Amino acid sequence: MAEMMSLRKMKVDQKGVIRMVTGEGELGRRIRDMGIVPNTEFTVVGKAPLKDPVAIRLRDFTLTLRNSEADFIFVDALEA
Amino acid sequence: MDILQQVSRIIMDKHLTLALAGNPNSGKTTMYNSLTGARQRVGNYPGITVEHREGDARHNGHELTIVDLPGTYSLTAYTPEELVARDYIVERRPHAVVNILDATSLERNLYLSLQFMELGVPVVLALNMMDSVRKQGKEIDTALLSQRLGLPVVETVARTGDGKDELMEEAIRFAEEKQGQWAPLAISYGPDLDPVIDEMVAVVEKNAFLAKRAPARWVAIKYLENDEQVIKMGERKDPETAAVLTKMAESVARHCRSTLKISPESLIADYRYGYIAALMKEGVVRAVRPQERLQFSDQLDKVLTQQFMGPAIMVAILYAIFYATFTLGEIPMGWVETFFAWLSDTATAVLPEGLLQSLVVDGIIGGVGGVLGFVPLIMVMFMMIAFLEDSGYMARMAYMMDRVMRAFGLHGSSVMPFIVSGGIAGGCAVPGVMATRTLRSPKEKLATVLTAPFMSCGAKVPVIILIAAAFFENSASVMFWTVLGGWAAALVVAKLLRSTVIKGESTPFVMELPPYRMPTLRGLLIHTWERAWSYIKKAGTVILGISILIWAMMTFPGLPENETAQYQAQRTAAEATLSADALETRLAEIDNSESQHALKHSAAGKIGTGMESLTQLAGFDWRTNIALLGGFAAKEVIVSTLGTAYSLGEVDAEEAEGLSTRLAADPTWSVATAVALLVFVMLYAPCFVTVVVIARETSWKWATFSVVFNTGFAFVLSVMAYQVTRAIMGG
Repeated sequence: MAEMMSLRKMKVDQKGVIRMVTGEGELGRRIRDMGIVPNTEFTVVGKAPLKDPVAIRLRDFTLTLRNSEADFIFVDALEA
Repeated sequence: MDILQQVSRIIMDKHLTLALAGNPNSGKTTMYNSLTGARQRVGNYPGITVEHREGDARHNGHELTIVDLPGTYSLTAYTPEELVARDYIVERRPHAVVNILDATSLERNLYLSLQFMELGVPVVLALNMMDSVRKQGKEIDTALLSQRLGLPVVETVARTGDGKDELMEEAIRFAEEKQGQWAPLAISYGPDLDPVIDEMVAVVEKNAFLAKRAPARWVAIKYLENDEQVIKMGERKDPETAAVLTKMAESVARHCRSTLKISPESLIADYRYGYIAALMKEGVVRAVRPQERLQFSDQLDKVLTQQFMGPAIMVAILYAIFYATFTLGEIPMGWVETFFAWLSDTATAVLPEGLLQSLVVDGIIGGVGGVLGFVPLIMVMFMMIAFLEDSGYMARMAYMMDRVMRAFGLHGSSVMPFIVSGGIAGGCAVPGVMATRTLRSPKEKLATVLTAPFMSCGAKVPVIILIAAAFFENSASVMFWTVLGGWAAALVVAKLLRSTVIKGESTPFVMELPPYRMPTLRGLLIHTWERAWSYIKKAGTVILGISILIWAMMTFPGLPENETAQYQAQRTAAEATLSADALETRLAEIDNSESQHALKHSAAGKIGTGMESLTQLAGFDWRTNIALLGGFAAKEVIVSTLGTAYSLGEVDAEEAEGLSTRLAADPTWSVATAVALLVFVMLYAPCFVTVVVIARETSWKWATFSVVFNTGFAFVLSVMAYQVTRAIMGG
């Protein structure tokens, strides 16, 4: 398994598993409410034309968040 | 609950209140429309702009009140929508919550259901969009889910009404069975939190802390979640117990941070999702067919949000919508205008000449007619916006534009209001400001509302054309630069506001990209009508009052008698000496000169003259001042008032060649004045219809701010424009 890294570094079409969410307060709450909690699998499905925000697919829906928000989410990349 | 409430519940048991709740995009509103049909009431929750909708339905002899709670993902205290949903359930205690879930993403949707269950209110689950689930080749074992959760679960398709009756049946049965008794669900939050929660529950129960409001365990968990609303309320009601609880929560938070490196709040969310994962185990959702690798929505997104094609398609769609709105909208707008023209002709014919006629024709019919003229435009525009929103494309626009808009402290969703307001010349800030309702980030929304009126709305266009024709060779390029200037002003001011008066971290963007769906016609129509109606109601009250006020300012006190007599004498003299043709011209001249004089003599005229010494800094004389004053009512008034002030009679905004020749020849006007006026008209106070809408979307405080700030800002910039242009051109 690869080294844990920030969600920002993931490439489009790459799959991964969420390991840790460090955000607190409103941001942390929003992220977790949408189901971004440890051990959740996801796929990066796209990036906006200016490479930010990023769109990921998890739990059968698509979520988009800014890179600055993705920085609070640490993941392991899975081999495709 | 006290006995009285219990008794009244039993007596009233044929009348039930059901609250519809669910995630945004779960089909909740579609279900609501389908259940209540036309029997709906919309209002605002006091003090905030979250809408409160309720409607009536009848099912097997039961009278039902259905309340459509705002769509939320959770029940925290972070957004007004969530607070509204939570407060409604805690304070109004509906007989049952009907929780609509998008069954295609069951896990995430159950997260909200779980929070209702922890609160204890009777919940009935509607697994909506079952048609999409089946299309994806999946099956849901609702019986198993129902058994595990201990509450009714019904499959529905809100768009077609499938399962609707069964849902109502179950909701009524469950509500009657529960008799208003709440049964909170206790979820285990693991070895680190559970013991503390038990201790806190003991403290809460012993002191009957917030007992009227919610179950003890729920209150304890809210303390661990650091819930601002509950903590504040606790401090107010019982500061001693509150202090004990806060201390306990703080100590466990320290423990969690040092041993697990996360806050209790995060731990709680993790355990909730863990609970859901356990619920879903062993075949609640089964794949009966192999799933396609890419679903239709994802395939569409590969094109619609692609790096180069995405933005290109977006521009094309926006332009098409804009074009369609103003071409389609123009037709019924013409009818409304014709109707009011007829009404004012009739009134002119029926009423005797004089003050009453002027009040009715110019003040009331003119004012309200001008406002109602926007209704068709608003309806078409909202139809389009509702379509974009319900189809899921709006979220993609926000996604693509966010990086750019964020640089100015705005949100990806700010683009639409800007475009509608006149980001393409000819829009209108009224529907533009109303379109910000889709923005869920309060600070970004406020900044958008306050800056959208800088755009080149349709009423500013005639002023731009007038000035361009009089002082510049290339009208098209003036128009182009003015529109661009509008954008620049909006973005720069947004940035300015976001770093001063609306300072603060940007609201998290975290947003769902819902699957593309074809909106229902019924939903579009209801949505459109609601907006139009709320606008019409305003036109009948506040706006009518202001139009009469402005009319009075431009009419009173009127010319002194001796001057009226003088004009009368001139007329008599002309009649005696001139031939028929020459007489008509001469009489018109006298009329125009009298109107000009009367205008100068009116309250508005006096203000205009009084301000001349100040406005001369920007090159504006009293005539321009009056016209700009009239522009507070509606920017169209600027051109027609200038006409009167230059004694050309009332000038039609669309055909102002005479006026522009007159201005070009006037020695008090120069290119510098023209530039200054353009700058001022683009930036100064929004017209009062917009101001009223701003107040509705935010508050009167911010509406007043927009009038004062914009006018000040416009004045400073136009003085600069005037002085700089003059220095450069040596005039």
